[in-house]
Amino acid sequence: MDFDVIVIGSGPGGYVTAIRASQLGFKTAIVEREALGGVCLNWGCIPTKALLKSGEAYENLSHLADYGIKIEKASFDFSKVIERSREVASQLNAGVGFLMKKHKIEVIEGVAKLEKGQGAPKVVVTLKAGGSRSVQAKHVILATGARARTIPAVGLEPDGERVWTYREAMVPKAAPKSLIVVGSGAIGIEFASFYRALGSDVTVIEALPRILPVEDEEVSKTAHKAFEKRGLKFRVGASVKKLTKSKTGVAVELEAGGKAETLSADVAIVAVGIVGNVEDMGLEALGVKIEKTHVVTDGHGGTGVAGLYAIGDVAGPPWLAHKASHEGVHCIEHIAGLKPNNLTSPIPGCTYSSPQIASVGLTEAQAKEQGIAAKVGRFPFKVNGKAIASGETEGFVKTIFDEKTGALIGAHMIGAEVTEMIQGFTLAITLEATEEELFATVFPHPTMSEAMHEASLDAYGRVLHI
Amino acid sequence: MSIDVLMPALSPTMEEGTLAKWHVKKGDKVSSGDVIAEIETDKATMEVEAVDEGIVEDILVAEGSEGVKVNTPIARLSGDDAGSAPPPVKTEAPKAAAEPKAEAPKAEAAPTATPVAAAPARASGERVFASPLARRIADQKGLDLSQVQGSGPRGRIIKRDVEGAAPQAKSPAAASAAASAPRQVQSLAQMGIPDGSYDLIPLDGMKKTVARRMSDSFRDVPHFPLTIDLEIDGLLAGRAKINTMLEKQGVKVSVNDLVIKAAAIALKQVPEANASYSPEGIAMHHNADIAMAVAIDGGLITPIIRKAETKGLAQIAKEAKDLAERARTRKLKPEEFLGGTFTISNLGMMGIKSFNSIINEPQGCILSVGAGEQRPVVKNGQLAIATVMSVTLTCDHRVVDGAIGARWLQAFKVLIEDPITMIV
Repeated sequence: MDFDVIVIGSGPGGYVTAIRASQLGFKTAIVEREALGGVCLNWGCIPTKALLKSGEAYENLSHLADYGIKIEKASFDFSKVIERSREVASQLNAGVGFLMKKHKIEVIEGVAKLEKGQGAPKVVVTLKAGGSRSVQAKHVILATGARARTIPAVGLEPDGERVWTYREAMVPKAAPKSLIVVGSGAIGIEFASFYRALGSDVTVIEALPRILPVEDEEVSKTAHKAFEKRGLKFRVGASVKKLTKSKTGVAVELEAGGKAETLSADVAIVAVGIVGNVEDMGLEALGVKIEKTHVVTDGHGGTGVAGLYAIGDVAGPPWLAHKASHEGVHCIEHIAGLKPNNLTSPIPGCTYSSPQIASVGLTEAQAKEQGIAAKVGRFPFKVNGKAIASGETEGFVKTIFDEKTGALIGAHMIGAEVTEMIQGFTLAITLEATEEELFATVFPHPTMSEAMHEASLDAYGRVLHI
Repeated sequence: MSIDVLMPALSPTMEEGTLAKWHVKKGDKVSSGDVIAEIETDKATMEVEAVDEGIVEDILVAEGSEGVKVNTPIARLSGDDAGSAPPPVKTEAPKAAAEPKAEAPKAEAAPTATPVAAAPARASGERVFASPLARRIADQKGLDLSQVQGSGPRGRIIKRDVEGAAPQAKSPAAASAAASAPRQVQSLAQMGIPDGSYDLIPLDGMKKTVARRMSDSFRDVPHFPLTIDLEIDGLLAGRAKINTMLEKQGVKVSVNDLVIKAAAIALKQVPEANASYSPEGIAMHHNADIAMAVAIDGGLITPIIRKAETKGLAQIAKEAKDLAERARTRKLKPEEFLGGTFTISNLGMMGIKSFNSIINEPQGCILSVGAGEQRPVVKNGQLAIATVMSVTLTCDHRVVDGAIGARWLQAFKVLIEDPITMIV
């Protein structure tokens, strides 16, 4: 037996699982085919936040006059913007390398394939450096993540030149003059926000009737208006019939409400969801159950195949880094025979557009679907002292309580830095708070977070500042 | 330094009361021991005495306020000395009322907020860790959290532990709290009695308490009756003699006083009948503390003759008369009506021949006494006339089974039919 645990994939699911495994005394190895930290650190969460910060900083210059500050002739250096984003990624990538070393986790660079082994499957790695290495462990944890979904049939397929996925969109040589983003989920909206902030003419196409379709309807509506104010254009309820590339750009034929339209732009970004990385690993031969590009697992990551587990994106939605880390820790603690903390914490979601969007738990519509009589509270930032002082009065906080039990079951926010506040509500739901605890909690003044308190009070007709 | 006078807990079960009357007003000087207010509870009216000297700075709860929660500040005294603020009234701080909520009187509560009941009292006093939501759901379902196994971190009780759970047999301490979760009752209108065809008398504290305690007892205590006939000609003759003797002292012994005495002695002879059920075991009482049911305006109360087995008839008669009188004016102290070991209910004077009472928890038995009347009896094969009184002993089968109940009635019968045996 070479190792106790082998983790395949070193994204936020894999590397966190490996650290926890090492902490629990397992002799651990991790296999990575590309760069430590996976998509999140290298091509996702982190470098996009660096880009968005640049975009936001530039955008802010345009209304500094509101704050009494004069500025003349601002401009940006696009290559520097991209360079900074890459530096941030490489800094964190090195950080994961350091963590692996610190926890004595052996990093095996190469592409893994599974074969029948003793107990758990055997892992055969085609090494980056050449040759191959076969390793056997007691437990194998798949954390191979996911990638952008493409739809070649209508031309939604990246070519790296005119049609991009998130990956190409992160490192172009120049910002496109005009851009079409297909898909208005978090990824599509973030790139749309970034390029719009740097002056691109951006149109977002969404097949469903509203943008950010997983968010609460009121949030979508407010976001739509706020983005339009910043110059973003939208086509909702619009299906892409065909995307055609030329040397100079793209043409997207779409149909919305029975009407056909053709949009053209320099570049298109495809952000129509993601698919799990389940191919070419020998999973089928081992009898691993796969549904819609995701490995089917039990509540602890078990795949049904002895010694083989799956966590994170490859194990299904929501496709979020924090969900992957959480599942990985749970999985390895379960393997170690610990009774992992089995509180069912809801998974918050964040979109780092301007304004930001954050939510946790049920939307109002979901509560209704589930037959829950809900008490709903709202509080707009435009009457929050800190928001007014900061000149960031867009958006609101919305709370949803189960009328019968008083349990907080959902919270939705749109506004400046709301992604930093959503964990307050997440904690409340995890601890099974009712309206009483939210009322009783002291929120510091002056902060944007006071709107969270007020929205809770509002659900019970006790709002103070409206 | 100001001292808050708090709403006292007059009994261990008291959660709220009515501030019936203020005896002082703002600016009055009070000394320790002065009566400053009257509090009306579900059982009685009690006087609240000041324990500190000082001047009444403020009256915080108006006279006539109902539903004043225990430990709510009701007045403020400006103390002469800057000493600590001791508890304001001479009552034992009940454990059940721990964790007082600094809550404004009811009228100010937000109309939409659902009231949160205090954590259920546990006899052992052990803290139960439960999430706020689990507490809320348990409260709504009438679950006793001390009986629920927690599956959260460190055994904390969380939502899923109470969602599927059904109410279990409650421990006596929790029973009264849980019983306040009302069963679904249809309105009178729904049951075909139209609004306006009756006058509605609001439920006062006593009515609510009687309703709750009797429902709990009748539903939860496995009870059965045992009836026996007693010839009381000898008892009546003895009573006449005794009363002649006591005339000078101004004391008159009633049949009921003799029944109390006989019951107390019978309890010493058959101690198994002087017992209470508790989840920890069966409590065998050392003394026969006989509670007597007294009908009063608007309800019922059961004042207690303590250690009745040690008291003479004259003393029992005096005490019974005093207690009954003060019961009718609702001036009993909590210790005078809480904690008897056996109850006697007598409807003989109303001409009731025989009846069956509901167990007064946690007592093991209650004796229902019917009217003494002349009835035909058969003696030595001959029809004869005797004064006969039927009594029914209702027993809590968890404590007193049929044989014990029957033995107690046999002992009681001998004492009543031949009262001289009471002296032995």
